[in-house]
Amino acid sequence: MSRKGSLRTYVLTRLVLAIPTVLILLTMVFLLMRVAPGNPIQVALGGHLSQQEIDRRSAEAGYDKPILTQYVEYLGDVFTGNLGTTLTDHRTVTSIIVENGSATLELTIAAMLVALVVGLTIGILAGRFRDTPIDLGGRLFGIVVYAAPVFFVGYLLQLLFGSTLGWLPTSGRVGPVTEYELDTTTHLYLIDSLISGNFNAFEDTVLHLILPAVTLGLLVSGVLIRLVRVNLMQTMRGDYVEAARARGVRERRVVLEHAFRNALIPVVTVAGLQFAILLGGAILTEQTFNWPGLGSELVRYLNERDYIAVQGIITVFALAVVLVSLMIDLINAFIDPRVRY
Amino acid sequence: MAHMPKFAGIRRLGARIQEAKGAPRWILYVGIGIVVFFVILAIFAPLIAPYGFDQVTSDGVRFPKQAPPSSEHLFGTTVQSTDVLSRTIWGARTAIEVVVLSVIFSIAIGVPLGLFSGYVGGKLDRGLVLIMDALFAFPYLLLAIVVAFLLTDKLNDFFLSNLFGAGIVTAAVAITVVYIPQYFRVVRNHVISVREEPYVEAARALGAKRRTVIGRYIFYNVIQNVPALATLNAADAILTLAALGFLGYGIQPTEAAEWGYDISRAIDDVGAGIWWTGVFPGMAIVLLVTGFTLVGEGLNDVLNPLIRYRRIRKPKIPAEKVPAEQEASS
Amino acid sequence: MSEPGTRAEPAAPDSPSEAVLSVRGLRAWYGTMGDPVRAVDGVSLDLRAGETVGLVGESGCGKSTLGRAMMGLLPEGTAVAGEVRYRGRDLVGLSDSELRPLRGPDLGLVFQEPMTRLDPLVTIEDHFLEALRAHESDTDTDEMRRRSLAALAGMGIPPTRFKQFPHEFSGGMRQRIMIALALVLNPKVVIADEPTTALDVIVEAQILQILADLRRNFDAALLLITHNLGIVAETCDRVAVMYAGQIVEEGNAREVFTEPAHPYTRELLRSTISLSTTGLHYIPGAPPSLVDPPNACRFHPRCPNAMQVCAQKDPIEMPPGAEAGEQREGRVLCWLHGPADEIPPGGERPLEREEIALAEEA
Repeated sequence: MSRKGSLRTYVLTRLVLAIPTVLILLTMVFLLMRVAPGNPIQVALGGHLSQQEIDRRSAEAGYDKPILTQYVEYLGDVFTGNLGTTLTDHRTVTSIIVENGSATLELTIAAMLVALVVGLTIGILAGRFRDTPIDLGGRLFGIVVYAAPVFFVGYLLQLLFGSTLGWLPTSGRVGPVTEYELDTTTHLYLIDSLISGNFNAFEDTVLHLILPAVTLGLLVSGVLIRLVRVNLMQTMRGDYVEAARARGVRERRVVLEHAFRNALIPVVTVAGLQFAILLGGAILTEQTFNWPGLGSELVRYLNERDYIAVQGIITVFALAVVLVSLMIDLINAFIDPRVRY
Repeated sequence: MAHMPKFAGIRRLGARIQEAKGAPRWILYVGIGIVVFFVILAIFAPLIAPYGFDQVTSDGVRFPKQAPPSSEHLFGTTVQSTDVLSRTIWGARTAIEVVVLSVIFSIAIGVPLGLFSGYVGGKLDRGLVLIMDALFAFPYLLLAIVVAFLLTDKLNDFFLSNLFGAGIVTAAVAITVVYIPQYFRVVRNHVISVREEPYVEAARALGAKRRTVIGRYIFYNVIQNVPALATLNAADAILTLAALGFLGYGIQPTEAAEWGYDISRAIDDVGAGIWWTGVFPGMAIVLLVTGFTLVGEGLNDVLNPLIRYRRIRKPKIPAEKVPAEQEASS
Repeated sequence: MSEPGTRAEPAAPDSPSEAVLSVRGLRAWYGTMGDPVRAVDGVSLDLRAGETVGLVGESGCGKSTLGRAMMGLLPEGTAVAGEVRYRGRDLVGLSDSELRPLRGPDLGLVFQEPMTRLDPLVTIEDHFLEALRAHESDTDTDEMRRRSLAALAGMGIPPTRFKQFPHEFSGGMRQRIMIALALVLNPKVVIADEPTTALDVIVEAQILQILADLRRNFDAALLLITHNLGIVAETCDRVAVMYAGQIVEEGNAREVFTEPAHPYTRELLRSTISLSTTGLHYIPGAPPSLVDPPNACRFHPRCPNAMQVCAQKDPIEMPPGAEAGEQREGRVLCWLHGPADEIPPGGERPLEREEIALAEEA
């Protein structure tokens, strides 16, 4: 079977297998939202409107139907992309996902870049120079970075770079001028500002992005360091590594080409799990920096007891997890030829 | 009948700790030292902390607002005029209480489930694995937030709430839900690999009851894994607790001091250059989590055969081989 | 009674100038938490161009360690002493960066388990290119490919499989790839560490044929390390028998197998199973600890011909049968072959059975 062919088959198979996972997660979200007593409308608006009005709206929204019907309707809604409208401020959940989701997306991508650069570099150094001061330093860095809650790191960075040094902004995604001026087509401000040639906006966006991205990135890098180090130490003892050395291949090449690449495989797999940490960290980071992403919206709607919004956002998060997990598996198949068979 | 000495798993753990020389042992001891320090703070908080966690006056005099560290207030005061040092110490009590509760709950539920599921197998096992994997896949903070949110004000009549306070129990339960799958998974996998071992088979062949086999043979063997996982779990639990506190869920500010909550308040102080309201609670978190992580890492290094670092000395080969001239012993 | 430790010159094979690789008094000790493991404890050996030497012994006698020590591939925490002369240089004590250029084009190593010796993420082609680039960076890539394909063809691997991944090959094929990979660099010395142990008999025969052709086609010196006497009998010019970190007998393969000089060799040969075997023969006792080997002759606790002197003084290397006036090639480390004037009075009395048992326990 040709290399391309087997990869395609794997992709298709994997996509098909993702469906049951999605269903399970959606069911979980559905049940989680129904655990609270009283229907969402009652809980959100009770005391603000007359009971009649509440009952009317409840019936309209279908909360008096048997639970199974509601479940089926919910699934149908999700697959048609209709996630509802919020109770408290009448935005469609979809618009929330687009506007605020893109903010979260920009943040997480930037954070992953930071995490990769920091995590991989320190991880390789620590694994290669095991049991030397470099290794201990790297490990200590990894532990401390993990031990510091992401909002504390954000707070410290704000204190240092925002307040004391005054170099970087500490709040929001862009300044008020850019907010007003920028033409938001994709809602990814970095791209939008480049498209419209607005370099002031670009600079503003980047400056605002630095602190939150570094904060969130450091969090994930701590985990990456540990992973890369341990796996590198194991692969460096591998039989093929010894064989390469016996052929006189230079040590640097042995480490980077053979040991490291093989070490990446389990790291990539576990990286999928890290996405869950990334999401949790994103919520906290957004709160810390007033970043208008899905995380802050979730918190806001949760406090206002707007369950429709909460359900919609959590659904998207759950789907994102599955999507990322799928992508990780595909990347794995691309890197490791053994997986495809 | 093959007789596994009691506590074999735990004794083995102790032996390995003794063996490991050098770095892992130090890591372990430093970690234990830190944890013990905080436990002492937690237990003796009323004696050590100069003031109560929400105390704003003393001898009728109200504390200054947002005052920098001074001799009266070693860590300064907050915008609400509470003493930062006291809140940090009381926060230790909150943290330790929540962590202990949640770890106990998680182990009490996760380990037996894993043991049983792994040993019995079949549909029960598959079903549990499905549920646990789904829980595991869910972003943990989200799960904790939702559970904490849903349980707020619901646990007031729960018996433990009278001892610890409803908020603390709520936070503990939220964290427990997130970690049960981890214990379950680790224990179950280990049980599956152990249950095919010859000594287990022998016991079964000799007619040992299922309870005995699980209880005496498998349990003590599997239990080795739990301490390392428990310490890492504890480290995570503190971070989760702080995250919940930061967002305002779990523990109400009126019930107890919580480090995460303090930091959330401190962010507003950043603009004014007031650093003491956030730095001290934050350092406390870093220190305690590092302590638990060091214990966990230390245990891991000690137990993991592949990367266990034992002090191996490069031998000195004597220059000239001394021939053997001894008589054979009679 | 006790004499200062002066050893007679090891009776090494003649004309060391002919030897491509010359090992003298090599010792390789592994560090442990307690006493070191003396895996190789005083070995001398010569490898000549175009010659195949078999190195046999039980598992754990140190033969693999010897192979690796010769190439400087021992793990950290291992100490090496002695001399390994290659082209006028002593390899022992050279740094890793000085040894690296020699590994491959001068000294080749073929490992035991082919299944795990190739990087699963890298194609066969890239394995070859990497090895060639590490040593001959100015050779043109196409020329490298041509040579690689030629080496593979010599092993029976078709060029269509050049770009495939290791997991697409069977164990036997992977071993052939490993050999090709070692040979493409034209090494002068090839050390094959149990190359067929992990393979089935039919594949083993193929590999052995290839190795046998080696001396004809490549003029390399081959050290074949194995515990299988049959292979050695088939393919080797000379054989060295190793026990407890030392070479106890060495000589022309045919001679050693027909007239073994050392009791251990003799017992080994008798333990081999053939169609005429009616009862299992084995050597009583267990292989000795390398941390604390038996005094004097290390085989004396298990030797049916043990004498008193064997437990008292280190045996001296002699040409076999020297005492009887024979003129045989080779050498043996055994008191049965003298020299008689070194044996103290009464030393020739046999070692009593109980003493053997006691010696075993000690």
